[in-house]
Amino acid sequence: MHELAICQALMDQVDQIVLEQHATGVAKIILQIGPLSGVEPHLLKQAFPLASAGTLAEHSLLEIKPQAIEVECSKCSQRTLAKPNRLVCGACGDWKTRLISGDEMLLESVELICEEEMNHV
Amino acid sequence: MCDTCGCNITDGNAHLVKPGGKLSLTASGNEAVSVLRSLLHENDHAAAHNRSHFDEHGVLAINLMSSPGAGKTALLEATIQALGDRYRFAVVEGDLETENDAERIRRHGIPAVQITTGSACHLDAHMVHDALHELNLDDIDVLFIENVGNLVCPASFDLGQHLNVTLLSVPEGDDKPAKYPVIFRVADLVLLTKADLLPVLDDFSPEKAEQNLRNLASEAPLYTVTVKSVLALESWLNWLKAEVKAQRARVAKGETSQPAIQPEGAALHESSPL
Repeated sequence: MHELAICQALMDQVDQIVLEQHATGVAKIILQIGPLSGVEPHLLKQAFPLASAGTLAEHSLLEIKPQAIEVECSKCSQRTLAKPNRLVCGACGDWKTRLISGDEMLLESVELICEEEMNHV
Repeated sequence: MCDTCGCNITDGNAHLVKPGGKLSLTASGNEAVSVLRSLLHENDHAAAHNRSHFDEHGVLAINLMSSPGAGKTALLEATIQALGDRYRFAVVEGDLETENDAERIRRHGIPAVQITTGSACHLDAHMVHDALHELNLDDIDVLFIENVGNLVCPASFDLGQHLNVTLLSVPEGDDKPAKYPVIFRVADLVLLTKADLLPVLDDFSPEKAEQNLRNLASEAPLYTVTVKSVLALESWLNWLKAEVKAQRARVAKGETSQPAIQPEGAALHESSPL
């Protein structure tokens, strides 16, 4: 369950962004998580309410964009989709491939709630 | 804070952000801030800091990962016995509880710092940084970081090491790389340990283990070893000697190195044009 630790690191980053942008809260957090990152999206979702409690992002929405695993073959240069434990080229079967996507563990963006808007509402 | 890594990912990835700048408004009128930064940005920052410490002091840092009981500490003991005259070793030990492993290492006259993580399933760069304060890096050629025995979580955290070594012990079965692809994919070297058990556990096929590793597009060497004889450790010891030499050459040129497979966040970091 390292997802809780990762979620806590995320909350630190988000809090910092809120302060930098002089916002008052967070509406939504968008992440990109690939299967080869070693992070389970559903565990991250479970950890989120715990990690966000008492932070500026409490009650915000967590959206996780799953990323497909794609490899590029160093032999035939084809780009194909792959499975986590089978990263061989889907076209020619060669195992010398380069990962194009699938190991993302990224904070893509944060939607902030700003003071002015709060006043309007 | 850290003047060596220059890690301002947000600026460095400005080209990834949509035209119109990094701030834009969503349909609901909220301000959307594009970040594109690793979730472990803080950890990666601390890891880069650790790595620059190692390089400044000419230390080669190796992260050892495996399931519990695969023989990490036994491998270190055998390595210390074989090369203790040649290199000055130190070990950082990670376990949930007990000082047992550090005590085993200290019996060989080698400095060892035990990190007890409580219930945490992995080491992170901050824990390693704290442990480094208990070591004199000027007196160390090779620092082994023996991670918490776990084939899942340690793979996601950069500690500042130059190399990852993942152990697969024969009793675990030859399909471990297929079952735990993340940790085997990031290995710069895979060691098949407890090879003296191969005659007994004859359903373990080193060829199949290697095939499962290659299926992860890994070019890492895979050596079959046992601590029961120095001869059966030679491939590992030679690899280690070559890596110490390579690290010394890098240090002399003011260069550094990271494990071959880097998570996305670190890759972005490296390709930062600024």
